[in-house]
Amino acid sequence: MDARALAALAANPGCRRRALLDGAGIDKGALARALGSPASFGQSQFAIQRGHSFEARVTADRGEALVRLLHERLRDGSPAPAPGGVDAPDLTAAGPQGRTARTALALREATAAGRWAVLDHPMVSLDVAGSPAFLEPDAIVVHPDGSWSVVEIKSFPMVDGSADPAKVGAAARQSAVYALALEQVAARVGELKPDGEPGPDGGGAARTARVRHQVLLVCPKDFSNLPTAELVDVRKQLSVTRRQLTRLTRIEDIAAALPEGTTFDLRLADDGRTATRPVDELTDAVDAVDAAYAPECLAACELAVHCRARSRGAGAVESLGRGVRGELGGLTTVEAVLAAALETDAGPTGDPAVDALRRAAALRAEALAAPGAAVCR
Amino acid sequence: MTGTDCVDGGPGTAGAVHGDGPFDPSAAAARATDAILRDTLRGAHRGVVVDSPPGAGKSTLVVRAARELAAAGRPLMVVAQTNAQVDDLVDRLATADPDLPVGRLHSSDPHPYDPVLDAHPSVRASAKVADLAGLDIVVSTAAKWAHIKNVEPWRHAIVDEAYQMRSDALLAVAGLFERALFVGDPGQLDPFSVVGADQWAGLSYDPSASAVTTLLAHNPTLPQHRLPVSWRLPASAAPLVSDAFYPYTPFRSGTGHGERRLSFGVASDGSGPDRVLDEAAVSGWGLLELPARRTPRTDPEAVTAVAQVVRRLLDRGGASVSERSEEPVPLTADRIAVGTAHRDQAAAVRAALSGLGVRGVTVDTANRLQGREFDVTVVLHPLSGRPDATAFHLETGRLCVLASRHRHACVVVCRAGVAELLDEHPSTEPVQLGVTVKFPDGWEANHAVLSHLSEHRVPWRP
Amino acid sequence: MSLITTLARMEAVRDGRARPVATVRHRHLSDRPLVFVPLTTAGEAGAPLGALVGTDRDAPRLLVVPQPRNRDLRFAFLAELAEETLPYLDSYADAVDLEERKETDPETGKKVPVQVELCADAPQLLVPSAAGVAFVRLLGRSMRFRRTADQDPDTPYPAPARVPLLGRWLTHYGERSRVPGSSLLLSLTELLGRHWATGQSNLEDQHLGSLLAWIDPPAGVTGPEAALRAESARDAGGQLLCPPAGPATDPAFDNKLLAPAIARYDAARAEVGGGVAGGEARLRLAENGLRELIASQLRPTWDALWHGVDLLRELPPGERVAERWKRDRWSFTGHRDRVRAGEPPQPKRDDAVTAAQKLAARETAQAQLEAQEALDDPLVMAGRRLAGEAFAGEVTEVEMAWSEAKVPRPRPLVTVVTEDRPQLAEQVKLYRVMADGRTQTGEFAGAHAPGALVVRLTGGMGRGKTPEPGSVPEPGDRTCWTLFEHAPRGGPELPDAESTPWTHGGPPEAVMPGPAPDPVTEEDYL
Repeated sequence: MDARALAALAANPGCRRRALLDGAGIDKGALARALGSPASFGQSQFAIQRGHSFEARVTADRGEALVRLLHERLRDGSPAPAPGGVDAPDLTAAGPQGRTARTALALREATAAGRWAVLDHPMVSLDVAGSPAFLEPDAIVVHPDGSWSVVEIKSFPMVDGSADPAKVGAAARQSAVYALALEQVAARVGELKPDGEPGPDGGGAARTARVRHQVLLVCPKDFSNLPTAELVDVRKQLSVTRRQLTRLTRIEDIAAALPEGTTFDLRLADDGRTATRPVDELTDAVDAVDAAYAPECLAACELAVHCRARSRGAGAVESLGRGVRGELGGLTTVEAVLAAALETDAGPTGDPAVDALRRAAALRAEALAAPGAAVCR
Repeated sequence: MTGTDCVDGGPGTAGAVHGDGPFDPSAAAARATDAILRDTLRGAHRGVVVDSPPGAGKSTLVVRAARELAAAGRPLMVVAQTNAQVDDLVDRLATADPDLPVGRLHSSDPHPYDPVLDAHPSVRASAKVADLAGLDIVVSTAAKWAHIKNVEPWRHAIVDEAYQMRSDALLAVAGLFERALFVGDPGQLDPFSVVGADQWAGLSYDPSASAVTTLLAHNPTLPQHRLPVSWRLPASAAPLVSDAFYPYTPFRSGTGHGERRLSFGVASDGSGPDRVLDEAAVSGWGLLELPARRTPRTDPEAVTAVAQVVRRLLDRGGASVSERSEEPVPLTADRIAVGTAHRDQAAAVRAALSGLGVRGVTVDTANRLQGREFDVTVVLHPLSGRPDATAFHLETGRLCVLASRHRHACVVVCRAGVAELLDEHPSTEPVQLGVTVKFPDGWEANHAVLSHLSEHRVPWRP
Repeated sequence: MSLITTLARMEAVRDGRARPVATVRHRHLSDRPLVFVPLTTAGEAGAPLGALVGTDRDAPRLLVVPQPRNRDLRFAFLAELAEETLPYLDSYADAVDLEERKETDPETGKKVPVQVELCADAPQLLVPSAAGVAFVRLLGRSMRFRRTADQDPDTPYPAPARVPLLGRWLTHYGERSRVPGSSLLLSLTELLGRHWATGQSNLEDQHLGSLLAWIDPPAGVTGPEAALRAESARDAGGQLLCPPAGPATDPAFDNKLLAPAIARYDAARAEVGGGVAGGEARLRLAENGLRELIASQLRPTWDALWHGVDLLRELPPGERVAERWKRDRWSFTGHRDRVRAGEPPQPKRDDAVTAAQKLAARETAQAQLEAQEALDDPLVMAGRRLAGEAFAGEVTEVEMAWSEAKVPRPRPLVTVVTEDRPQLAEQVKLYRVMADGRTQTGEFAGAHAPGALVVRLTGGMGRGKTPEPGSVPEPGDRTCWTLFEHAPRGGPELPDAESTPWTHGGPPEAVMPGPAPDPVTEEDYL
């Protein structure tokens, strides 16, 4: 799972289906296509190109511009980094494990050095439900005081200092995952002090690694291609992500409750793309684990179109939006709601939801029956 | 917390909440008050901000500061947010000093102020500010003050419940005074707007933000104080409320464990309500848990349970002992409150109580219980029986108000399953750049309170 | 969502077709709106790719940016947009009514009546969806600080002449659309959603084609089937049959059709630049190809938008809609005057006083809108009654009574029998509309029995000791009382910006020399 997928877990943590499929590393897009309900979203190559070119521009000068942006935002009175005062360690290594180890080493060295350093596309790992997930933040800045900042570079604009709050929210959740992974690295780096234990008079070694809870979000400024940045406080997102990750261990419990032999194998044909497994069989396998479908899923989960069809088929009230449930009490299907509302031989039932529905239905019918008689004096 | 994150008090604040040695609440509170009054009367700054956690003596402070300013020959205006708050303040001022000339500036609506004020000879009430000219203290709501134009500014003002005041309301009245003492509780409900104000999010003067947020954004060097002791909350409640809602500005209870006691003349009949009352009498908290079920807001079973707890509280001859009285004081209906999230829930509880013959118990929403104090509170949990948690139900201030109105004990009535509901809550909040994050957030505070309550859980049995 | 709306959505699920949530039209619809269907370049929040614009549904003007990275082509697009839009706006500027308004005389400080112009009608801008409204704002923001060569001969990349002016107008329309109940700039999805409930969620209703499919499905097809087709049906080439014009494009369109077409255009341009024989012809061909492609993405939305307008026109307008439109006319007239007076463009961010004034005005507008919609539409009033904010019922008894003042005034007690359950307390103020359209006030005076509520009338009965004829309801009359005011007023005036208090940073920087233009670089996209 990447950071986006991990962050997305928080978008609908009640969905056991998504938790299981993501936890098991299933390609939900392929699964959705095999089920005949492909996702309606994709990425435009224009957007991808733009993202790459902007990010390249931001990190072009070995991170010096990035550190300047960060330093300006901090407003902490510390001296600005001098030209050439930013280290940019080489992070090349083989394989994710190798890159993760290289990153940890670079972080340790940069922290001990007491200088600004920018780690461009480092790799960190996070323990997810017992196995490591490898994550690649856009950049990490090490401050001279030994603290670390996550940097997230996005290509949506900040116009007059504000940006699309939904996109900033998504970026904050994604960054929180990186910060969480970094906290684990920081804990290990703290243990692995190169030269003895940090003591009260240990000089440079006393700089303990610490992950800042404000991430730097870098975006294009107004309508230009120039970068600008803001600090985003991710404490909330961190605490939610932390809690959701501990709950993820329950994937095994979900899996254990599945019927014996349940598999999401698509039985790909030799072309590696065409699923040969019968749709009915696959549908049954997917249905074996509950989904918590809501319309918000359509923008966040590849399987949503399938789940929507099932949810509508079952007449679930959530298919009309999470918000409708609030006043319906124990009534969970459209059919049950309409039956309760339109039951005519009145008399209060003692169930406030049913009584309110009946009043609503009666008032609605009265108003619709007499348009024109309209205005009520 | 808004605007005061990590600020450990201001200059002169009694920072010794967790100091060494035995904690002397009176001394700590006195040190804080002295520092506040020093900055208010003799400080160089145009403003002084005081954070006051629940029951920390905010009203006492306001009355004292107003009297000292008046005694120093410095007439002042006082801004409060609601007419009830204004009436209460005027009553307190006139009671504290019957000779103090106080003006109650009011609207021209019918029944504009509490007739109780007419009993104070030194209080003059008028809808025209000119009628109150020359009085030492003039008190009114922010809404009324905003209509006052073309008057000589007051040299001093006290702004009460400043965290519940909107920035635009302060903008409308701040021209009326030269300097001011801002007092309020940052943990209670935030002001809001019924229309979108996103376009100003992140601006220092966002009109929909709280008055204190704007004030401090423009005047970051103003002295900020806080009252370190809650005289209302018992030793059983202060740590929870402090940790869950005021993590960066902790406070302590003014009383120790065992100083407040609640007992009943009639033994438990073994029912859920009686057992949860016994638990609350001993520990200060009780959770009466109904079976998990999705319900409408006015869940009839939960409403009945709330009413029965109150009925039994009265029937069992409750009596309290506290620092105020060695002798047990009978627990009467006027010392009990029921708190809900919604108005229709309050109405349903009132109906249920009246069905059980209970009179005189306050039943209201969190909004209307702000600033009030009771011996025992019974709370219908905002998330009880809900299929989902909305921003309204998760709002930190709502739960904080409900969990911090009591001197002795708080009983929460709730359906099982709220912890799961919180865990399954989608966290997809939008984030506005430049807006100070309200922390702790409601999701986390709800988890904290629930986990504490679960140690005092009694299953419902009629 | 109110329970009545929830119920309407469920009826829609049952019937396979949208159900009404209004019996009258709650927004003004112009006889000659200007329709604007924009398309943007993916990944470039502000960069236009193309648009259909115009007042004639059969002859929209197609604007295309063949290479969104080319500044000259983008400027050409904006210039054409100004060419189409500004004459439309201007055509409303000169037909005026004269209105009397109170203004403060600068010499005496007294309020004196003055005659002012009010445009007799105002131009109305329609876009497909809320994202379209946001795009109008963004265009306005990006254009109004541009400098033309006339304004500043040294400006790099001067903008075409009327572009900054269009930016100011789009900014004004975008800002006005934030005022509840305003109709200068409207999106069809919001308009339709205000009047019909579909059997899908609000989120899904953001797709104009899908929303329309529920309201008016083609013959022989159910709403949900038609909606699904509108949302996701694709041709053999994998292209959407009803592209969203959201104003974002569909990624499949970008990747499969648009990118190659732009590449062909770029290649042809390079040929022209290099003097290759036949390059001009290939460039024209490539450009025409792009125009057709972009038109194919816009046209379905253009047609859907007009389809929606037809449906809305079938609804009779609410009684108080014209009153709200008059405020829009004031808004248009006011901006016309500011432009004519040569005032600088709107600032990037409001100052403290302006922000507070706007918020207060919008809160008042919201309260007025809620009251007016309820008074205009029994279905809306039904929702207020369900919420306990109004009650309706038959008058069963009227008891004359008088106030205890020196000159007693009539205070009749009217008993109303109702099944509604209003949230009343003693002395709560009540309001009703009288036969002559005026508002009568009353207060709650208790209940004889559950459902038999007593209202003490306190106004609307004239000045005499006895009420004017017809001003007191009679037994058998049906009355509807609201707990909310019918014409809520705004709060007090705020200080002038020059008197911004110290709590809010003091007066804003002395007269700004006009906002600086945005920084520009060679690679900018807007």
